[in-house]
Amino acid sequence: MINRQALAGRATPSVRAWWRTVVAFACALSVLPAMAADAPASRVPAPTVAIAAPGKCVEDTPFMLRNHMELLKHHRDKTVRDGIRTTQHSLANCVNCHASKVTGRVTGGKDAFCESCHKFSAVKLDCWDCHTDRAQAGLAAAGAGK
Amino acid sequence: MSEVNTGRRQVLAWGAAMAGVALAPGVTLFELAQARSPEEAASNKVRWGMLVDVNRCASDCDACVTACDQENGLPQTKTPTSAQWIRKVELKDLRTGATKSAPVMCQHCAEPPCVDVCPTGASFKRADGIVLVDRHTCIGCRYCMMACPYQARSFVHEPVTGQKPEVPRGKGCVESCTLCVHRIDRGGTPACVEACAASGHKAIVFGNLNDPNSELSQRIAELRAAPLRPDLRLNQGVRYAGI
Ligand code: HEC
Ligand code: HEC
Ligand code: HEC
Repeated sequence: MINRQALAGRATPSVRAWWRTVVAFACALSVLPAMAADAPASRVPAPTVAIAAPGKCVEDTPFMLRNHMELLKHHRDKTVRDGIRTTQHSLANCVNCHASKVTGRVTGGKDAFCESCHKFSAVKLDCWDCHTDRAQAGLAAAGAGK
Repeated sequence: MSEVNTGRRQVLAWGAAMAGVALAPGVTLFELAQARSPEEAASNKVRWGMLVDVNRCASDCDACVTACDQENGLPQTKTPTSAQWIRKVELKDLRTGATKSAPVMCQHCAEPPCVDVCPTGASFKRADGIVLVDRHTCIGCRYCMMACPYQARSFVHEPVTGQKPEVPRGKGCVESCTLCVHRIDRGGTPACVEACAASGHKAIVFGNLNDPNSELSQRIAELRAAPLRPDLRLNQGVRYAGI
């Protein structure tokens, strides 16, 4: 990498401005391949968030993006330790609503709902060692407000 | 014999119906206590337990074992290491040669040795007396299996697939009879109890030990049922009659 601080420190104002342009251009160039990564043929596995049953999630979407893991871990303790069986934040409920209409599952393949993001961000869940990743047949998931 | 007096019959039937109504308030209260709402936590007002009436248990019947396997998604084909939440035990009196048969599962002790020895707090007793393994915390050390006087717990040695949504289970954890906690929490009874009744033996009774009027408490008193190994003083939730 070019040490921009060191170079700029010894340069006259006009030279400094010229360097700025060069650096900005170099930065722009380096960003381009990353933008191209959204194209399907790329080497970078961008997440595909496919919503199987459009509508509302159990909380606001931005909140879910940041906090779904906390909700799950909280609900887990409530259910296992205290026997509280509400469905809103239940893992079985997420699976029922988010399972792909094609495979009936939330994992398996890069387009699977609970897998695409996690693959992208290098998160590995052990939940599916025990919990089924298949939607329960004939069970309608409860959305927000239930 | 005289002719049947249908009028009298009618009156008797009405009497029976009235008695039913009179019983109803008590019965309703009990039903309410059973079916908690989903957002309500389990409470120590109830203590779930079972009675095994050994005289009613047939040695050639394993309906409870099959029902347990099916309900909890346990392997249908058994290997020496596969998990077993309930098993049939044959007892033989060496002097008389008389044999008896009884199902043995987690005894849901009030003073559970498995909970005492668990290094992570994964083994725990729920407020309503059900002894469980929190498999999110279990590290598979198997101390609890050593501590249990009834060999009621199993370790899962092989990867598990095709679990039932209500009964998650997987390799590397210890597990045992949960009293079908997922059924109890929606007001149901354990699968083994249901299967035993369906087989016509009615050898297992499930209910609330804290309620002196429950069928369970009354049958325990009537049959003078006792825990297995009462000398251990674990105050077991499962009682046996006729051993
Ligand atoms: C070793 C097995 C195992 C693993 C691994 C596991 N669980 Fe569980 N989980 C269970 C069991 C057993 C229950 C209790 C089910 C019951 O009582 O109905 C449970 C219950 C739950 C519940 C409450 C029931 C529901 O469907 O909402 C949640 C939430 C949960 N687990 C979340 C998770 C999450 C998140 C992970 C991964 C980080 C995970 N679990 C990993 C075994 C496991
Ligand atoms: C009733 C169906 C339903 C249930 C149940 C449900 N979701 Fe959702 N979820 C949705 C829908 C629909 C969206 C998309 C909302 C939108 O487009 O803003 C979504 C969005 C999300 C997102 C954000 C995805 C993105 O990038 O936009 C996450 C993360 C998520 N859900 C996780 C969960 C988890 C974890 C659970 C279980 C606690 C759960 N959901 C339960 C329907 C559901
Ligand atoms: C929009 C992308 C996205 C989707 C969709 C998504 N997750 Fe996540 N999830 C993440 C990210 C990112 C993390 C890691 C956050 C961190 O480490 O701070 C994460 C972490 C988790 C964790 C905590 C993992 C750990 O080891 O602590 C759990 C549990 C989890 N997700 C469950 C789910 C389930 C179940 C679904 C499907 C219903 C799902 N997620 C769908 C992005 C997503």
